[in-house]
Amino acid sequence: MTRSRVNLFLQKTFVYTILITMALLIIFIFYTLLVNASRTHVDIQKGFSAFFGNYFGKNLENLLANNNINVLNAMKNSFIIATATAFLSTYVSALTAYSIHLYRFKGRNFLFMFILAVMMIPSQIASVGLITILYSIGFVDNYFVLIVPAMAAPATFFFLKQYLDTILNFELVEAARVDGAGEIRIFHTIVMPLIKPALAIQFIFSFVASWNNFFFPSLIIQSPNKRTIPIVISLLKNSSPDSFDLGPVYMLMVLSIFPMIIVFIIFSKQIIKGITLGSVKG
Amino acid sequence: MKNKRKTRINYAKWGYRFVIPFVVVYVVFSLIPLLSTFFYSFFEYYFKFGGLEKVGPNFNFLDNYILLFTEGKFFKYFGNTMLIWIMGFIPQVIVSLLLALWFSSTRLNIKAQGFFKTIVYMPNLVMAAAFSLLFLKLFSNNGPVTNFLFESNIIGESFSFVDQNWSTRGLLSFMNYLMWFGNTTILLMAGIMGIDKGILESAQVDGANTIQTFFRIVLPLLRPILLFVLVTSLVGGVQLFDLPQIFTAGSGGPEMGSMTVIMYISRLLGVSKQYGLAGAASTLLFIMTAIVSLGFFFIFYRKEVIPRKSIREGEDK
Repeated sequence: MTRSRVNLFLQKTFVYTILITMALLIIFIFYTLLVNASRTHVDIQKGFSAFFGNYFGKNLENLLANNNINVLNAMKNSFIIATATAFLSTYVSALTAYSIHLYRFKGRNFLFMFILAVMMIPSQIASVGLITILYSIGFVDNYFVLIVPAMAAPATFFFLKQYLDTILNFELVEAARVDGAGEIRIFHTIVMPLIKPALAIQFIFSFVASWNNFFFPSLIIQSPNKRTIPIVISLLKNSSPDSFDLGPVYMLMVLSIFPMIIVFIIFSKQIIKGITLGSVKG
Repeated sequence: MKNKRKTRINYAKWGYRFVIPFVVVYVVFSLIPLLSTFFYSFFEYYFKFGGLEKVGPNFNFLDNYILLFTEGKFFKYFGNTMLIWIMGFIPQVIVSLLLALWFSSTRLNIKAQGFFKTIVYMPNLVMAAAFSLLFLKLFSNNGPVTNFLFESNIIGESFSFVDQNWSTRGLLSFMNYLMWFGNTTILLMAGIMGIDKGILESAQVDGANTIQTFFRIVLPLLRPILLFVLVTSLVGGVQLFDLPQIFTAGSGGPEMGSMTVIMYISRLLGVSKQYGLAGAASTLLFIMTAIVSLGFFFIFYRKEVIPRKSIREGEDK
């Protein structure tokens, strides 16, 4: 009895030690990022520090003043694209998921299986063809081609379909029909509010994916004033004069990483619950 | 009766209407492009003089593929991609499985689970480009990690993380691991929670210890979710681009050891706009991904046969 208790105590100590070490390592990475964004270039070169410097405002000022990077404009571009993408892809996927959940139309099963199958295709392979087509017709360097293709998001669809399966029963829709509500109205006034939590999670996921997206935009955007945040980051080569002062470089990373972290910390409970819903059942 | 039937047909019509936006966007911006990737892979199609003069598209059948095979770059980069993926994926699955088991164990009864899950999942939402730049700055030759390890006498003065092939690859794998192990942990945990507690209890009653329960019951029951994790991770892994592109500034790293297939394709699409060759490289990547995925399916289904057989053998004895 006591032996097994000692055993359990040792096991717990071991598990907690590993968990805490892991958590500290991850926190340390982001903490260092924040600390370095508040230090001067010379201080950063000296190595790690546990304490914040008082150069945060100055680094931010220097970064914003740099016209080569033009970070505010890049953040604005990223924000516009990500918001539009998140809104449209969540809405369109919800419509599709609702349709396949509720209506018994011909080809419904085929469509469902098809969308599941294409989730397994590396999306960048389609991007290569899309880039070829877009350059052939000269329709590049605009936000339209960054936003619209992302509207049909199989993963978002699948997540919302799973959620609808667990929550929406046919009687509810039937009752609304008896009350004389049209199909579009039922979707907007009954179904959408019902699945709001799932829509919110998918909105966040789509937003984050679009905000972080690098490959496709880097090949589509040409004008400097249309660059998004990841493109700006990719231009900071070691040799470029913009990275001689590390303070603003760390500040740029803070501005690209921390908005997502803050959103995540606020909604972490719902997001973590949401991840499992979009996958296969165990 | 007649009326009812009419309304039903109407509802089907609404079903079609609601899927139209998704289907149209998917066909125009994903399916047709996907097919055109395959299509252009059989054409000579590029731009000469830094993108000024268009050549093609002229049908040249397998010439692009022959070039990829004879040049050998593609397979080297594919090897790099798989290596970086596997070096991150193996620890990812092992650590995630352990964490998932610990979190779901009623015996250990881990406190502050919400906090730990939040922390381990956090890197997944971080911009890969920025994360990579951060690691580059931390591990560069004058970076704080390199300096710290040198001052602690762990590495020699000449040691450089970013100038050596294996350390560059290792760091890329490590970043990939850090970004994904939290996600995998949460997926596997859901799988473990979904296992019927009665099965585990009856195994304990039959005298199975923790290790036996894990290998004989938990692991086989987790097979579908493990397959899901494996295939989605593979599909993500073959598309590895942001991390190595930023970390090596597009150069491919020392000895080109961190050049991935998508970096190569991105290069082909960049200045010289080699659409035909990029299409062929993408098609090959698609085929190889499909083969490896099918291989995983095959292995996972074969495994299903083995325990049954061993049980039958046990009965014979």
